[in-house]
Amino acid sequence: MNQITYREAIRLALDEEMARDDRVFIIGEDVGLFGGAMAVTKGLYQKYGPKRVIDTPISESAIIGAALGAALTGLRPVAEIMFIDFVGVCMDQIFNQVAKVRYMLGGQVEVPLVIRTQGGAGKGYAAQHSQSLEAWFCHIPGLKVVMPSNPRDARGLLKSAIREPNPIIFIEHKLLYNEKGEVPEEEELIPIGKAKVKREGKDLTIASHSRQVLFSLAAAEKLYQDYRIDCEVIDLVTLSPLDEETVFNSVRKTKHLLTVEEGYENCGIGAEVISRVTTKAFDYLARPPLRLAFPNCPIPFSKVLESAVLPDEKKIVEAVRKVLSY
Amino acid sequence: MEVKEALLLYRSMYRIRRFEETCYELYLSGKIPGMSPHLYIGEEAVAASVCFFLNQDDYIVSTHRGHGHCLAKGAKMDRMMAEIMGKETGYCRGRGGSMHIADVTTGNLGANGIVGAGLPIAAGAALSAVYRGTDQIAVCFFGDAAINQGTFHETANLAAVMNLPLLLVCENNQYGLSTPIKKTCPTLRLSDKACGYGIEHQTVDGMDVEVSFSAAKEVVTYVRKMRKPYLIEFVTYRFLGHGASDNRSYRTREEEAEWRKRCPVKNFREKMVLHYRIDPKEIDTIEKEIESEISQALTFAEESPYPSPQTVMENLFAATGGSE
Repeated sequence: MNQITYREAIRLALDEEMARDDRVFIIGEDVGLFGGAMAVTKGLYQKYGPKRVIDTPISESAIIGAALGAALTGLRPVAEIMFIDFVGVCMDQIFNQVAKVRYMLGGQVEVPLVIRTQGGAGKGYAAQHSQSLEAWFCHIPGLKVVMPSNPRDARGLLKSAIREPNPIIFIEHKLLYNEKGEVPEEEELIPIGKAKVKREGKDLTIASHSRQVLFSLAAAEKLYQDYRIDCEVIDLVTLSPLDEETVFNSVRKTKHLLTVEEGYENCGIGAEVISRVTTKAFDYLARPPLRLAFPNCPIPFSKVLESAVLPDEKKIVEAVRKVLSY
Repeated sequence: MEVKEALLLYRSMYRIRRFEETCYELYLSGKIPGMSPHLYIGEEAVAASVCFFLNQDDYIVSTHRGHGHCLAKGAKMDRMMAEIMGKETGYCRGRGGSMHIADVTTGNLGANGIVGAGLPIAAGAALSAVYRGTDQIAVCFFGDAAINQGTFHETANLAAVMNLPLLLVCENNQYGLSTPIKKTCPTLRLSDKACGYGIEHQTVDGMDVEVSFSAAKEVVTYVRKMRKPYLIEFVTYRFLGHGASDNRSYRTREEEAEWRKRCPVKNFREKMVLHYRIDPKEIDTIEKEIESEISQALTFAEESPYPSPQTVMENLFAATGGSE
């Protein structure tokens, strides 16, 4: 095992897959010599050259459309959208073209395309550079949505994503890039579509993803130390298709459910998870579930405002106690 | 143009014309479900000329008015007709319909229901050809209205800075649904839009078959040899409305009559006899063959089964590990 950062793990996955398959290339803004706005692709331009690490104009529709055209004609592009907040400018290409072309053409084509992007709040980047828009992509049939919470998953999932014959929205978190974790030296492919139980517990299930998994685990430890409340923490990992069985199995045991996410509360991931549990595993619930999410408010700039509403360890502790005290 | 080229070109145009006329009749008789099809009647010289010079492995990306491109690139009428009727035997197994019709085996990467959305996809196919080191080119057909979409500008710019072998074919049929292009575009020639991107360009008369044919030859050759983008505008006219149900209240019947005088199919047929000295019987034979292709396609489509409702979720995703 090597201790590397989340950023290094993603770069490792890209490097390994580019070395393995010369159809794999990177396309995006500032991904080349500069190494990416988040420094994820640093060094890959020097290693693989301008043909395989392509800097584009600031033209998100052209980036996604060109990646799609390449994917339809024998290549395996990894397109980078610098901030998830920028997907608004290329959303037609993602949700009407990339997601639907295989279905609309009756299965005549495969779409081996990865769209890498990053989101998340907590850095004071304000309303247009901090969002967690994963629920948008889960709403659209034809996309798989993956959000790793740690270096090992990031590397193993990205490698699987690049080898997939289907479009993957691979969403990183800007505050995870410097987080370190163990990554095996040998090749590891982690399957898309599987949630992970990160901490076993018997009193309540916390279903979360991305950086909020870290807060959920910290909150679980705190709840056990201070109140002897034993939480099970699930990292959903893939948000679409959702691994609902892992959530159901946990709720069958704990009888209580809290969802935690950074995305907006309305029609969010928590809403979907809770809907599935209440419609398919209702009888196991002892009390009403609760969702902890970002309130329906643009993300404010000022640190005091942002941290007032962004879910964190303390808010998770309070939410768990609220579920159990109904 | 040589005689044998003239015959092939006429066959291609007449095939489109009769296919579209048949679609129109089918729509009126209620045999085509959904949105009224966007027919290509009047614009046949464009698709027929451009595709004449393309190889099977060159790519095209098409539009909502895409039957003509699909046919000219080599698709079969029977599977197209079945698709338009929503049958399982259609190219898209009845999942796409008129607006998403494509035969990928002939290099057609798809028609598109979103104006201008095909442009960056075509750029990606051109990028792919460069990446893989082939001599393929990509052609994007798009209408006059698409030139005002951001995707046109993003694509033209990207293709120019990356030297992509991309032929941009603007089919200026004068109207974006009901709105005349004169009202929405300040330049007289739409091809002038290429100037800002340093892309070679020209505007030609898309109703003149010989002019269209020689221009298509020139620009396809340019893109293939130079490995650079090119923008060609064909000035043309859709004889019918935006869709088959459009009553064309926004233009006069006199205007339509003037354009119909310039019908590429009819005029070229006359020219073939007078100028190319082709025996009219030879043309009759071509037309008869196409009539027979149409009637076979109709029988095939009408007798084909509808997709089973149990298959509705099929092909959402490819099997993981399948092609990897």
